[in-house]
Amino acid sequence: MRVVVAEDLFLLRDGLVRTLQDEGYEVVAVDNGPALSRALLAGGAEEADAAVVDVRLPPTFTDEGLQAALEARRRRPGFPVLVLSQYVDSLYAGELLAGGEGGVGYLLKDRVTNTEQFLGGLRTVAAGGTVMDPQVIARMLARNEARGTIGGLTPRERDVLGLMAEGRSNAAVAATLHISESAVAKHTANIFDKLGIAPSAEDNRRVLAVLAYLRR
Amino acid sequence: MPASRPARVAASLIECAVTGLHATAAGYAGMVVTLTLLLLPLGVGFPLLTPAARFLRARSDAARSRAARRSGIPLAAPDPLPVPAEEGAGARDRARLILTDRGFWRDLEWAWLEPWAGGLPASLPPALVGYGATGVLLQPIFWWFLDKDSYAYFPVHSTAMMGVTVALGLALTAAGAFTASPALSLHDRWSRVLLAVPRNTRLERRVVRLSDTRAQALDAQAAELRRIERDLHDGAQARLVALGMTLDRATRLLDSDPDRARELLADVGRTSQQALVDLRDLVHGIHPPVLADRGLGDAVRSLALDSFLDVHVEVGLRGRLPSPVEAAAYFGVSEALANAAKHSGAREVRITLDHEADVLRVAVTDDGRGGADPALGTGLAGVGRRLEVFDGTLTVTSPPGGPTNVVLEVPCASS
Repeated sequence: MRVVVAEDLFLLRDGLVRTLQDEGYEVVAVDNGPALSRALLAGGAEEADAAVVDVRLPPTFTDEGLQAALEARRRRPGFPVLVLSQYVDSLYAGELLAGGEGGVGYLLKDRVTNTEQFLGGLRTVAAGGTVMDPQVIARMLARNEARGTIGGLTPRERDVLGLMAEGRSNAAVAATLHISESAVAKHTANIFDKLGIAPSAEDNRRVLAVLAYLRR
Repeated sequence: MPASRPARVAASLIECAVTGLHATAAGYAGMVVTLTLLLLPLGVGFPLLTPAARFLRARSDAARSRAARRSGIPLAAPDPLPVPAEEGAGARDRARLILTDRGFWRDLEWAWLEPWAGGLPASLPPALVGYGATGVLLQPIFWWFLDKDSYAYFPVHSTAMMGVTVALGLALTAAGAFTASPALSLHDRWSRVLLAVPRNTRLERRVVRLSDTRAQALDAQAAELRRIERDLHDGAQARLVALGMTLDRATRLLDSDPDRARELLADVGRTSQQALVDLRDLVHGIHPPVLADRGLGDAVRSLALDSFLDVHVEVGLRGRLPSPVEAAAYFGVSEALANAAKHSGAREVRITLDHEADVLRVAVTDDGRGGADPALGTGLAGVGRRLEVFDGTLTVTSPPGGPTNVVLEVPCASS
């Protein structure tokens, strides 16, 4: 798989490139906005299968990376992009999720310190899933709680909802909460029932439905 | 309900007449003062000057409040007439002080010009109406009871001529009626110029204000820097120190107790995460990244997304604004939202941002119960002070029962 990596900090970029190459990915590394745009819009044999992008890139150091990612997803809906940032903002999360398509991740750079988490996130995103930083989800949940839209859930169900919204699989949720997978499946069924979200067999669709509900 | 046309014309005419009277009074006040001034070189009249100047000032103040009332725009008053600092100062000293006051000479200028620039134009419409009315009402009577008569230089010696003079009377009345309102506007415009605060006084006041706001800005900046230093010291710095110590312990245990070393390393990971969280929060409190990257509009939208309340944002901004202005406005909105969430019991908040006529205007309206303390909580008061540095204003309207409206206005050129 061909992955474009856009990061202006040399050490971090080098680390990301090596980690990905060790996993067997073909990596194209860029360190600025215009180069990223060119790499993402290239077609044919040069076409990328996924991108790992820092929000802030030269020359303007504003949100070049994010804009390039959004543009790429506009041209190819569902193009897998994992966005890394020094800070997470609900506004940017909303823009990434706005299309309603999966294949998008938004994580704090700190999460990248854990190789497993990073690679797992990229795999999920490349497979069409979503990966949302726990901080973004925590804010979404807090807001929903204050507005009473998730009032009917038990505390345990709320935890499951949060982890699911982050994009974790049932197995990952079970591992994090130290419960069985079947318990997780039961909880999710209850959650969908109580919130009135149509259940979906496909994992990715499910997460998108949950995120859509929380972002209302 | 707007008054009927004739009623409004009548009111204007009455006001014209009243203005004429006031102008006459001003003229007399000016004459008294001038007379007193002329006597001073002769060594007499010193005791007269102060009361005369005060009387004149009272006239000009009254004119200022009339002008302010009519136009709705307040008129700044000059500095009050100076009084001697020591007790028992003589008439000469008092008079000398008055002579040094810029406002006094302005008043005198106004007193001489007002009867001509103000009184005369204002008196014309009622005079026209009055003369025209005599033409219409009295000329026929004169014609029937007196043989020879004249009206407005027309000799009235036939019924036809009388008819003409009546018509002329009507025309004059109409002219008076139509010119009443314009005459008043002209007088108002002229008054604003004559009654304005002398330029040097205006500049002095501006300098005082600039010094004050500058001092406030410096204080605020110093306080902010202290806060940052404290947050860094207690937060990130402390954690990094702890991190270093833990790494040291882990290194020493690597061979003798690798399991314990592994635990300590996991601890180091957590501590470094926490340090990053602290730094992120600190940065957010100084200048949120989304504000720096995207500007005020999107930063407010981000605030709205994170707020527990239902917040609707309408952004009418084109392009970026100077970054200190954006920061001041952003933290103002943040404070207003926090207040709405904490105190007002509001469910919905509307935020509008626009930039018209070189003024940035941000309005935050919530549907809560209102009754916010007009003295402003410390948070909003701080926002107000921050805006003052840019000559901006913060206005809070919060009648009991709501809704509460917080408006920030900052003059700033378009980018």
